[in-house]
Amino acid sequence: MKEIRVHARAGQGAITTAMLLATAAFEEGKYALAFPNFGAERLGAPMNAFIRMDSQPIRKRSQVRNPDYVIVQDPTLVKDFDVTEGVPDNGIVIINTPTVTSQIKPRTQKIVTVPASLIAEDVMGRADRANTALLGAFAAATGEIKMESLIAAIRQRFPGPMGEKNVIALQRAYEFIKNDGEKDAK
Amino acid sequence: MTKKLLEGSQGIAEAVALCRPQVIAAYPITPQTHIPQELADMVANGKLKAEWVNVESEHSAASVVLGASATGVRVFTASSSQGILLMNEVLFNIAGMRLPVVLVCVNRAISAPLNIWNDQQDSISQRDTGVIQLYAEDNQEAADLVYQAYRIAEDHRVQLPVMVCLDGYVLSHAWETVDIPSQAQVDSFLPPFKPLYKLDPENPLSFGMYMEPDKYLETRYMIQHTMEQSIGIIQDVAHDFEKIFGRPATAIIEEYQTHDATTILVGMGSMVSLFKEEVDQLRSQGQKVGVLKLVCYRPFPKEELYQSLKRAKHVVVIEKATSLGFGGPVASELRSVFYGCPHQPAISGFIAGLGGRDITAETVKTALNKAHRHPVDTEYLDLRTDLELEGISNPAGQHKK
Amino acid sequence: MKLTIGGVSQPGTSRENRTGSWRVNSRPSHLHKTCTACDLCALSCPEGCIYGKGRNTYYSDLTYCKGCGNCADVCPVDDIVMVPEEKSLPQEWMVFSDNQEYKSMATS
Repeated sequence: MKEIRVHARAGQGAITTAMLLATAAFEEGKYALAFPNFGAERLGAPMNAFIRMDSQPIRKRSQVRNPDYVIVQDPTLVKDFDVTEGVPDNGIVIINTPTVTSQIKPRTQKIVTVPASLIAEDVMGRADRANTALLGAFAAATGEIKMESLIAAIRQRFPGPMGEKNVIALQRAYEFIKNDGEKDAK
Repeated sequence: MTKKLLEGSQGIAEAVALCRPQVIAAYPITPQTHIPQELADMVANGKLKAEWVNVESEHSAASVVLGASATGVRVFTASSSQGILLMNEVLFNIAGMRLPVVLVCVNRAISAPLNIWNDQQDSISQRDTGVIQLYAEDNQEAADLVYQAYRIAEDHRVQLPVMVCLDGYVLSHAWETVDIPSQAQVDSFLPPFKPLYKLDPENPLSFGMYMEPDKYLETRYMIQHTMEQSIGIIQDVAHDFEKIFGRPATAIIEEYQTHDATTILVGMGSMVSLFKEEVDQLRSQGQKVGVLKLVCYRPFPKEELYQSLKRAKHVVVIEKATSLGFGGPVASELRSVFYGCPHQPAISGFIAGLGGRDITAETVKTALNKAHRHPVDTEYLDLRTDLELEGISNPAGQHKK
Repeated sequence: MKLTIGGVSQPGTSRENRTGSWRVNSRPSHLHKTCTACDLCALSCPEGCIYGKGRNTYYSDLTYCKGCGNCADVCPVDDIVMVPEEKSLPQEWMVFSDNQEYKSMATS
């Protein structure tokens, strides 16, 4: 079983991130469970979304304490929360930020950065819709989910032109990570 | 039969729509809102042919479905927490008038203090109303209980409202695989509603009459008697469900590895999944532990519980509710089942998870360790030691018998 | 920490809750060009975190400003514009400490 924790603020689409990843896992014939944990009921409030993916039915419903992977949708959260908490040494933390990875102090866990908001702004004119780009980065950095599955999930949940734009953002971020990230930094 | 990855609320909405309700009235409250939202969408885009009634409160929502049900149509409403409490007097009325209203309670804590997270205090607080209560462990079961709820409620031998309960956020806002049957399958399981009595100008009747001391006592006895009889009917409905939908339905209780267990955990709702995980682990270490999942809380299945638990040495109840001034409702009701009986397992009661406090593997392990040391009357689990509780010098949570 | 009976709390918790950290996308920039000191921005701010006395003195306290944009909407002379929020990682995470991006958090 793989467990993922997403850090975001309410309104940044973290539940959609979790839902799309779960849908993609479902497309691959896996079992998936995705659920949120909110703070205050308002936009901007820090929150988490969790995903579990497994080849067997998932019975664990408590919050993910030891995520294999972490996705941080808003870099300002890093100041108030330990986003690496519970992540094992071989875990990967993916952060939405224009800061290139080489500018980040090395940690035990692998830190991967991707300018997801900039990609989303460029492709869709919506910097706050960085979630699909982050999923592309996730696929590239972890290899845990196939791009075809994510694309199918996006098209299923968001049919039409907006869905297609999200697919482009997904692919751009995937390429960004695959091409080592540094060179394409804006 | 289609497997979909759905949010729990969506699964409920799809199940409700397949049951063809004709009147829906609901007032939004976290974390129920996605259910009426989905249903309103379906009504608005013609997918569900029902009359949607906008109301200004949950008291009105319950009143509207009471009135509509009395005219002989299938209805639906849903709520949580304070909304369920606001419906309280109407729930008593619905049950007293013997109307087959089906409602969903998305379990959430009760104010004050204000808390939007999951526990089961809301539905448990309604246990005296005469409403049948069924608790879902996961979203598949939650959806499946909806179809069964209508069958049970509308059975002429029952004629009582049914409340399907699912844990707020943990289930309602969780996306997981849910099998949604076809309309044809649901139609073959749930025939059109044929009311026993209905308000009809052609054949006038009066509902909810004034009743003097010379008859009121008997009406209460009739509901009690009916609820006891309905246990068998709920089981029959579950068997029918299994035949038509081809998957298991837990009617009253589910026994998980209890056959030779010396210790049995008892719980309701999503926490049971965690119990099963823990039991698997403990069994692999050679411990004889099992889980008793209680699905039907009202009527309280005394005989079924007795038969299932009688041979255990320890029964460990963990519940997400409390009767303030007394203790855990499930644990205390369970103890009454064993009163005066030859078998006497040690029954320990724990209260945990209130206000959305995460119930973890450690919570379960702590409960088992404490119960094995000596029986616990009522103890709160996971009390924080870093908080000073005003007016309490030694918080222990333990009440000695 | 003490938990009072009934959860009764002292007033002033709004001051402790630094809602400025909740800004998601944008923050107000007071241009100080055409301001007439009409006070509408201060009145319409849901957080009550806009201060000023006299023309071209108004500013938003970014410690609390949630970036809702009411002030920019309501300013009759368009002296307030919403600008994209700088989203950066904290200094401790960075190899090179760069104070520029943190200076931009100050009022205009």
